[in-house]
Amino acid sequence: MTAPTSAPPAPSGPLLLDMQHIQKAFAGVTALDNASLGVAAGEVHALIGQNGAGKSTMIKVLTGAYRRDGGSITFAGQPVDFASPLAAQRGGIATIYQEVNLVPLRTVAENIFLGREPRKWGLIQWPAMNAEAARLLTELGIQLDVKEPLGSFSTAIQQMVALARAVSINARLVIMDEPTSSLNEREVETLFGVIRGLKARGVSVIFVSHRLDELYAVCDRITVMRDGRTVYAGDMQGISRLQLVEQMLGREIKNAGAQTGFVKHKGSAGAKPLLGVGGVVRGTRLQGASVEVGEGEVVGLAGLLGSGRSELARVIFGADQPDAGELRFGGQPVQFRSPSDAIKAGLGFCSEDRKAEGIVPELSVRENLTLALLPRLSRAGVVDNRQQAEIVERFVASLGIKTSNPDQPIRELSGGNQQKVLLARWLAMNPKLLILDEPTRGIDVGAKAEIQRLIGELAQEGLGVLMISSELEELIEGCQHVTVLHDGKTVANLAGDEISEAQLLHAMAQGLEPEDMPRPPTPPQVRA
Amino acid sequence: MSGEINTAARPARSGSGGQGLLADLKQVLPSILILLALLIFNAFFTPYFLSVQTLNVNLTQVATIIIVAMGMTLVIATGGVDLSVGSLMAISGVLAPLIFLNPAFASLQGLGIALAFVVPVLVAGAFGVLNGLFVTRLKLQPIVATLVLYIAGRGIAQVITNGQLQSFTTPAFTYIGLGRPFGVPFQVILMLIIVALTYWVVKRTVFGRYVLAVGGNETAAGLSGVPVSRVKLAVYAISGLLAGIAGLIVIAINSSSDANQVGQGMELDAIAAVAVGGTLLSGGRAQVLGTLFGALIIQLIRFTLLAKGVPDAAALVVKAAIIVIAVALQQRRRRE
Repeated sequence: MTAPTSAPPAPSGPLLLDMQHIQKAFAGVTALDNASLGVAAGEVHALIGQNGAGKSTMIKVLTGAYRRDGGSITFAGQPVDFASPLAAQRGGIATIYQEVNLVPLRTVAENIFLGREPRKWGLIQWPAMNAEAARLLTELGIQLDVKEPLGSFSTAIQQMVALARAVSINARLVIMDEPTSSLNEREVETLFGVIRGLKARGVSVIFVSHRLDELYAVCDRITVMRDGRTVYAGDMQGISRLQLVEQMLGREIKNAGAQTGFVKHKGSAGAKPLLGVGGVVRGTRLQGASVEVGEGEVVGLAGLLGSGRSELARVIFGADQPDAGELRFGGQPVQFRSPSDAIKAGLGFCSEDRKAEGIVPELSVRENLTLALLPRLSRAGVVDNRQQAEIVERFVASLGIKTSNPDQPIRELSGGNQQKVLLARWLAMNPKLLILDEPTRGIDVGAKAEIQRLIGELAQEGLGVLMISSELEELIEGCQHVTVLHDGKTVANLAGDEISEAQLLHAMAQGLEPEDMPRPPTPPQVRA
Repeated sequence: MSGEINTAARPARSGSGGQGLLADLKQVLPSILILLALLIFNAFFTPYFLSVQTLNVNLTQVATIIIVAMGMTLVIATGGVDLSVGSLMAISGVLAPLIFLNPAFASLQGLGIALAFVVPVLVAGAFGVLNGLFVTRLKLQPIVATLVLYIAGRGIAQVITNGQLQSFTTPAFTYIGLGRPFGVPFQVILMLIIVALTYWVVKRTVFGRYVLAVGGNETAAGLSGVPVSRVKLAVYAISGLLAGIAGLIVIAINSSSDANQVGQGMELDAIAAVAVGGTLLSGGRAQVLGTLFGALIIQLIRFTLLAKGVPDAAALVVKAAIIVIAVALQQRRRRE
């Protein structure tokens, strides 16, 4: 079943993109080793692999963000060597990155036409630009005011704007790096519609995703990478899911039955209460949210985008102050004025946005890992280097963090390894409660399972975990309780067998019908 | 080409810490090379360059810039900037003679001198705290926040003295500018101590890591329990204190204090030293040794041009050009 790389099945048409023997190393660590990627015209090509397998590097080499050390790239029949992503864009390759790289303060229309605004006499033609932007978005099934700043829209919308931008430059190849990670189901459908539209126009798409369902739904062919090499290339329908995951991991999976790495332990019925949150109100985003976590429990916090999950986590951690509501921790009423108060009490918080709120990119793995621990690692303000090195070494080994050395800047690590460092940042503190916001988002299957297993083990040792997740499998297989938020309000508390896909979806979707919607009390009429 | 770089970067792995003095020097290699080039050029083409006297002249002149630039390095590492340092030097510079020349201390000269050292520096430090409060409480952008005292500070200094020049001959005070223990100018010793201390703070203390974390990603630092506001307040306070010290040295060298002149243009010299030294102006890094070399480079350029008889106006242009080259070299190195 394993198709050797040397003889990939012939693609349906002539190759639009042909990357061969690509070599790339960073500071002595090989990132790409004889990697190859071939994409035919008008095909949707899946590119998958674990974090650190080299997908992102491959894409950055293609678009000129990185210089390759060796190998050849042929695009549309010409050997190419793009000096920058801008050059690649001019050459017909548009890239939509995982984190949308647009300018939040400028309008939607400006973002779509950034760098190539329609001009006359050197002046931007605003009406023409706005009209064209609106037309492009309508084609993608989105209606919005293109004169609003991009930053005022959700990530999902921003992604669609990025896509509209790609479409509008008449790209021959569109690269999408995990485009669906922040989209809901309907938006994913819209996106797939757009992708099929692109395909019909003869545009090729490279689709990077960790969600296997999506690959089978939309892709024609697939390239699997592992450890910087291309280990499989072939038709999407010619490989089963299990084979695919095996190729990615390079080994056979033991528990092929379970979908996550969780080993759920039966939480003792009378778990000692650790965290109790009741009736939290903050602005319009939280309208009476409650959740309880017992010692040694993994409690899921579910809800759709914008349901207030992350906002609740920030309030619990003291990053935001609630307008109303009560917080009890370890049996005592508490009010954390700042994250450092919460940390002192024994809380830890891994934010959903690793890049913006987790890592300090310029600092090393070592400094990032011990950032929260520093006060305990020091005497009279001076850091104990030896103790610091010991702790870092221990966590790098126990969590399997892949880094060339602890002094490597964390920005050079793959997403999964960055996430492990951030987990270690809190585990080193020996916390009582860990709040994890989407702990496995954007992480490859292997690292994901490892992190999930780790969460389960930690809970077994008595750690309370409050886990925000959009993945139903994670909630179903990993949590003893699941609290569901809707519009900033707790609408359901599920336990045991109640935690099923049907129940979760039902609870999360609650209020979609107007008559079911729990309305906030109408404020008394005030007449001016 | 990148292959060479890879192999060059590898040895860092072998060292257990990997972050020793040598590694830090390597990071600021371009500024060291430029400095060496300037030294060699002068050794050949400037008569009497290789003399203790030339060394002392140069070090004496650059000491205050370096002292102020140490504070600036910390401020810039948090992603800020401090434009008020020159004005704070002026305030400190006019306060000191007011104290030790005050008739009230005529019979207690020792106390007067002691207070003249301590009070002006603390006042400058307090103004630094004010800068910090503008940044942390009022959430002003650092460049705007410190512009306030850049403008007002010199005004305050002039108001204190009615704009009059204060001259003095007080050996006990002027020692910090003119004294030469073991033949080394006193302010050079002070400068070296401050550089060593700053280097140590950045490398070894929790505060140093916090400075880099705040500059590198303020949100992440805050969520990890780093007291972001206190760290910022502290760097502006330190910058103020160091400016206060520099102000005292300047008036001691001149044996006079002119509110209009003390620290004039110092903020730009200090920022230039930091930039030439390879510290990112966007924060998250602090090349303490780089700043030291950066200041030396700027000083040596000034000296060389002067020694060659280049007119002052032309010298400024050459100075700017060399700063651009140095910063560009640092940038290119970073991107590789």
